Amino acid sequence: MADVTLRKVVKRYDDVEAVRGIDLDIADHEFVVLVGPSGCGKSTTLRMIAGLEDISDGDIMIGGDVVNDVPPKDRDIAMVFQNYALYPHMTVAENMSFGLRLKNYPKAEIKSRVTEAARMLDITDLVDRKPKQLSGGQRQRVAMGRAIVRNPKVFLFDEPLSNLDAKLRVQMRIEIKKVHQKVRTTTVYVTHDQVEAMTLADRVVVMNHGRIEQIGTPNELYHKPATRFVASFIGSPAMNFVPCRLEDVGGKLHVRLTDRLAFPLPPARAARYSAVSRTDKLLLGIRPEHVMEARPHAEPGVEPFDAVLDVTEPMGMETLVYFTLEGTQVCGRVNPNAGAQDGSPLRLAVDLNNMHLLNEVTGAVL
Amino acid sequence: MSTMTIDKSGPTRKVKYGSMSRDRAWALRWSYFFLVLFAIFSLTPPLYMLITSLKSSAEISAATNPWWVYHPTLENYIGLLTSNQFLRFFWNSAWVSIIVVTITMLISVPAAFALARMKFWGSATLATGVFLTYLIPDTLLFIPLFKMFAMFGDWTGIQLINRWYVLLFVYPTLTVPFCTWIMIGYFASIPKELDEAAIIDGASWFQTLTRIFIPVALPGLIAATIFAFTVSWAQFLYPLVFTTSTDQLVLPVGIITTLIKGDVFNWGQIMTGALLGAAPPLIIYAFLMDYYIAGLTAGATKG
Repeated sequence: MADVTLRKVVKRYDDVEAVRGIDLDIADHEFVVLVGPSGCGKSTTLRMIAGLEDISDGDIMIGGDVVNDVPPKDRDIAMVFQNYALYPHMTVAENMSFGLRLKNYPKAEIKSRVTEAARMLDITDLVDRKPKQLSGGQRQRVAMGRAIVRNPKVFLFDEPLSNLDAKLRVQMRIEIKKVHQKVRTTTVYVTHDQVEAMTLADRVVVMNHGRIEQIGTPNELYHKPATRFVASFIGSPAMNFVPCRLEDVGGKLHVRLTDRLAFPLPPARAARYSAVSRTDKLLLGIRPEHVMEARPHAEPGVEPFDAVLDVTEPMGMETLVYFTLEGTQVCGRVNPNAGAQDGSPLRLAVDLNNMHLLNEVTGAVL
Repeated sequence: MSTMTIDKSGPTRKVKYGSMSRDRAWALRWSYFFLVLFAIFSLTPPLYMLITSLKSSAEISAATNPWWVYHPTLENYIGLLTSNQFLRFFWNSAWVSIIVVTITMLISVPAAFALARMKFWGSATLATGVFLTYLIPDTLLFIPLFKMFAMFGDWTGIQLINRWYVLLFVYPTLTVPFCTWIMIGYFASIPKELDEAAIIDGASWFQTLTRIFIPVALPGLIAATIFAFTVSWAQFLYPLVFTTSTDQLVLPVGIITTLIKGDVFNWGQIMTGALLGAAPPLIIYAFLMDYYIAGLTAGATKG
C-alpha cells in the first residue's frame, strides 16, 4: 500500500492538452474519486497513473518513487475496467490468478489468495465458469477479484459500474465500499456519476477541461463549492442559479432577484458579502432543498415569496416544483402535502442561510 | 405555391395481411433453388471424377454411358498407391504444405500482432502494404523470383532451383500477406482493454500474444491455417516452374507431368490422383470447421 502523488502532470495529444497540470496528493488507504463530465481528463489521469499513457510533463509518484518511466507491470497497481476486460478463454479462477501465475507464485499461495478473494466477493461457486457464463454484475466482481488477489499498492477503477443497470449499480457500489473497508488499499476511482463519487469517496476530485476544479470531502463539495461548475455538477437536482445583485435598503444588505423580489440577507451572510461591489452581476446559488413551502414561524433567514408553478414532479417522499423567475427556471422541493399543483400559485420560502453568491462572469463562489 | 393536402381517407390499396411471412417463404424458396443449383454445379465434377476413377482404361475409352460404371475396378487406386512415384509426390506435397503453414504462422501471427497493436510510425501504411503485395498475381511474380533464385545459385553455388524445398521460400510470398491480413483483422477486433489488463497483470508483449491474443483469436488462426494449407497444397504454377525432376515434384504437377504421356491421357489414374489429392484439405476442413465457427470472444467484455 502506498500514497500516490501527482505533480504538475500534463498530457498532450499532438496539439490538444487533455490534462493541464494537475497536482494531487492521495494518502495511503485513501479512497479518492475523480469525477467530471466526458472529456474532462479524468480517465486520462487514471491511465497515466496506471502507466497505460505516457506523461507529457510533470511527475507521478507511487509510494514516494517517481514512476514516470516505470512500465505498468512494475508499478504494482491493479486496474478494473469499465467493460471488465476478462480473458474470455480462461475460467474465473484462471482470470483472477493470471497475474500471480505470470509472476510464478507458488500454486498453494495462488489457490489460497483466489479462494479468499472469491469468498470476499461472494463468487466462490463461479470460479470454474467462463466469463460468458456470467452476468454483468458477476463479471464485475471477477474483475475486482483479479485486482484483489494481486494485493497491489493501488487500485485503479475506470468507470467500473457504467455498464450495469441502475439497481445493480447501487448494489455494486456498496460492494466496492465494503471491499475497500476490508483491504484498505489506496484507491483511485473514476466516474462521471456524481452520486457514485459522493457515496464512495473519502475525497472527491472534481475535474473539468483538464484541470482540477476542487478537491474535498463529499460534504465540503456539496456545502462549500468553490466554483459554479462544482456547485452545478454536485447534487441532484442541480443547484439553481438566479441572476441577482446586491443593494442596500434601509442600511441592510438585500439580494435583489427581480424588480419586485428582493430578500434581506441574514446577518452572517450580510457580513460576508458586505465588500462585494453593488454593481457586479451576480448569481444567487440555491439548492432545491432550500426552496420549500412557506411555514408559519419560519426561522430567521428563511424568506417567503409567491410563485406560480410551471410543473410539479411528485417523487413520493417529496414533490419537486419548477417555476420561473425572470426567465430562469428554479427548482424547489416541497412537502407532498403542501398542495403543489401544475399551473397553480404556491407560497414558497427560500433559506438564505444556505445560499451561495457567485460572480456571474468568473463563476467564482464568493 | 402548391398547397399540401392531407388525405383523410384510409389507404386505397388492399392491405395484405401476413405479407411478411409470405415474403420470407418466397425468399426461402429462392435461396433453396440457388443452393441446389450451386450444389449440382460444384458437386458434378467430383462425382464424375469418382465414376471415372472406378473404371478401367478400356471402359473409359469405350462408348458407354459416361455416368455409369459397368465393371467397377480399383486398379487405378492400387496402381497409384503402390507406385513409389505417386507416393513421393504425395510426401513432397505434404512436407511442403506443413512446413509452409508453420513458416507462415510463425511470421504472420507476430507481424499481425505488431501491426494491429503496436502503434508505430507507418504501421497503418505497412498493414495496407502487406495486403497489396497479396494482390500481385503469381503469374507476374514467378519470372523475377526464378531469376532471383538463379542468381542466388550463381553467386553462392547453392542450387535451389529444381529442389522441392525451393517452394518453402516461394509459397510464403502468397500465404504470408493474406494470413497477416486475416490476423490483423482478428487481432483488431479484440478489445483494447484486454491487452491493457494483461499488461497491468504483468504480461510482456510476447506473453500477451501467446497467452491472450492467440487463444482468443483461435478461430482466426484456424482460418489462416486452412487458407495457408489450401494454397500450398493446390499451388500449381510455382512448382511447375521451379521443379522439373520427377523426384522433386509435388502432387498437382506430378499427376499432370507423369500421367500425361505425350497425347496419351491416363484418365483413370489422373482422376484417381486428383481425388486422392483432394482428400487431405477435405479432412482438415472437416476437423477444424467447428473451431472456425465458434465465437470465442463472447464474454470478454460487456456484450
